[in-house]
Amino acid sequence: MMTIKSKTEGYPRYAPGTHVSGRDISNKNVTYSWWEPEVQYSWSLGPAYGRFLQELKKGKIIGRSCKKCERVIVPPRMFCEYCYRSTDEWIYLKDTGKVETFSISYLDPNARRIKEPILIGVISIDGASPMHGFMHYFNDMKPEDLKIGMKVKAVWKSEKERTGSITDIKYFKPMNEGDK
Amino acid sequence: MTKKVAVVGVGYTDFNSMTPEVSWKEFMYEACQKAYIDAGVDPREDIDSFITCSEDYWEGFSIFDEFVPDQIGAVLRPCCTVCGDGLYGLGNAYMQIKTGKMNIVAVEAHSKISDLLTFGDIGLFSYDPIFDRPVTGSVDRTHFAGIPSYEKNSPKPLVGKTNEKERIHPYFLAGLEMQNFLRKTGTTEEQCAKVVVKNKKNAFNNPNAEYEVNITIEDVMNSEYLFKPIKKLDISLNVDGAIAFVLASEEAVKKLDVEPIWLRGFGWSSETPWISTRSMDANYAMLASRMAYKMTDINNPRKEIDFAEVDDRFSYKELQHLEALGLAESGEAGKMLDSGDLDLNGSLPTNISGGSLGIGNCFEATGLQKALEVVIQLRGHGGKRQIEDVHTGISQSWRGIPSGSGAVAIFGR
Repeated sequence: MMTIKSKTEGYPRYAPGTHVSGRDISNKNVTYSWWEPEVQYSWSLGPAYGRFLQELKKGKIIGRSCKKCERVIVPPRMFCEYCYRSTDEWIYLKDTGKVETFSISYLDPNARRIKEPILIGVISIDGASPMHGFMHYFNDMKPEDLKIGMKVKAVWKSEKERTGSITDIKYFKPMNEGDK
Repeated sequence: MTKKVAVVGVGYTDFNSMTPEVSWKEFMYEACQKAYIDAGVDPREDIDSFITCSEDYWEGFSIFDEFVPDQIGAVLRPCCTVCGDGLYGLGNAYMQIKTGKMNIVAVEAHSKISDLLTFGDIGLFSYDPIFDRPVTGSVDRTHFAGIPSYEKNSPKPLVGKTNEKERIHPYFLAGLEMQNFLRKTGTTEEQCAKVVVKNKKNAFNNPNAEYEVNITIEDVMNSEYLFKPIKKLDISLNVDGAIAFVLASEEAVKKLDVEPIWLRGFGWSSETPWISTRSMDANYAMLASRMAYKMTDINNPRKEIDFAEVDDRFSYKELQHLEALGLAESGEAGKMLDSGDLDLNGSLPTNISGGSLGIGNCFEATGLQKALEVVIQLRGHGGKRQIEDVHTGISQSWRGIPSGSGAVAIFGR
């Protein structure tokens, strides 16, 4: 018959000792194994994302329509995930939209505090169905001015700088009266 | 509880060495759409559960399963990913149906390996980091507390610009295994070369295959040694492709207008990852097949199985796997090959699809490629490569270098 120890039995409540510090590792006072893989990909875009990024290079936002569920989808896809059929037509959209949600981010990937917080959020693009759009930066505003439901407009890189990437849009700024 | 589970639909794309014209999503959509039409089911209504099979590092995504529902019709439905070969997915679908909770289940696996630029390095990443990777070549880079620091004038290494020369390509492991296999069984390098000749010739009759070619044993023997005794032509080349299956319970089959191909037996097994300790005889395939034979009530596989699709990503693997499956005695598979037993009209036609050597290495879709051919043959849809009078076929998968894992599925009409 096997006896099962309780989780704490036989162990001290707190194991005394010294924590390993970053310096212990860099001075090789502790033994460890190190490996750095070479990891690189180059994803084929296909007709939908390919066209979308090409249009961004021209300073335009394009979507696809599904006639069955009457959606205008952006970023475009060649198939409708709800109807499970091929989508129908290309549709140019505005470069304005509405803030669906946002966050003000203060940390870098290594959890170190950054000087200027990054304003990031989800934008529904005008001309597309509700809740269709993408994530992007906000700028030209104070963090405290960023609100859900706020109207925003894309600020583009210059034609020369654009490469066919989602970052061809630099960020979204508050929409002013007179912006189209 | 349903007693039997059948394959009711299959769909697949063409297999190509590169597919820059489509993204992996459109690729998966094509295979799944074809499978659903083949089965006559609407994925948004009729299919109860969806399974995809993928390995994050091949795809370039963490938690790749999050990115699959759209293109397989699984949005807001039960969906999960098996991190492994497609045959494992098939086994999981079988089990889901046997629970009685699911009637129709879809399985998908694919390779979009052409998207991966650093194939060899990702291969090495699957080796043990403490004992095996360090002896594949030294990599000496300055670093601090786990964070690499690069030279200022070359901040990030480019493809092929790092210490690549000092590392060995991960396929060397197959060289170790083949050496052992030849010595133990008395199989010759020429016999392994003959597997390449046969499979690449078979691929001429498979319109979806990528690497069909008419070559001779001498061509293979004269190709350069890459991992002696493995030569350049002993190795299957990478290919892109997607495959989807639809499985259904016996009750659901009756409502569909299809000819069911029954999944009669299934098994899987894993060896220890210690390269020095594990068998090198494909014991994973042996044990997986015994599990499947037991389930199928097969006592004499050599007699009861009409044809086989086995993993042949390296030429010797086909012979090693046939022996592990009990379809040939140890050392006999090469002789069966020599006497024509493994040909289309032989007593045990093997890899008539062209296998991985003829079609290409489709990674996690490899097992489904084997199963697909068995289904095509049992349906009688083989066309020029149709084997006469077949009732029971076996498909076997191996998870590839450096794994010691594999699965077996047996199908019948």
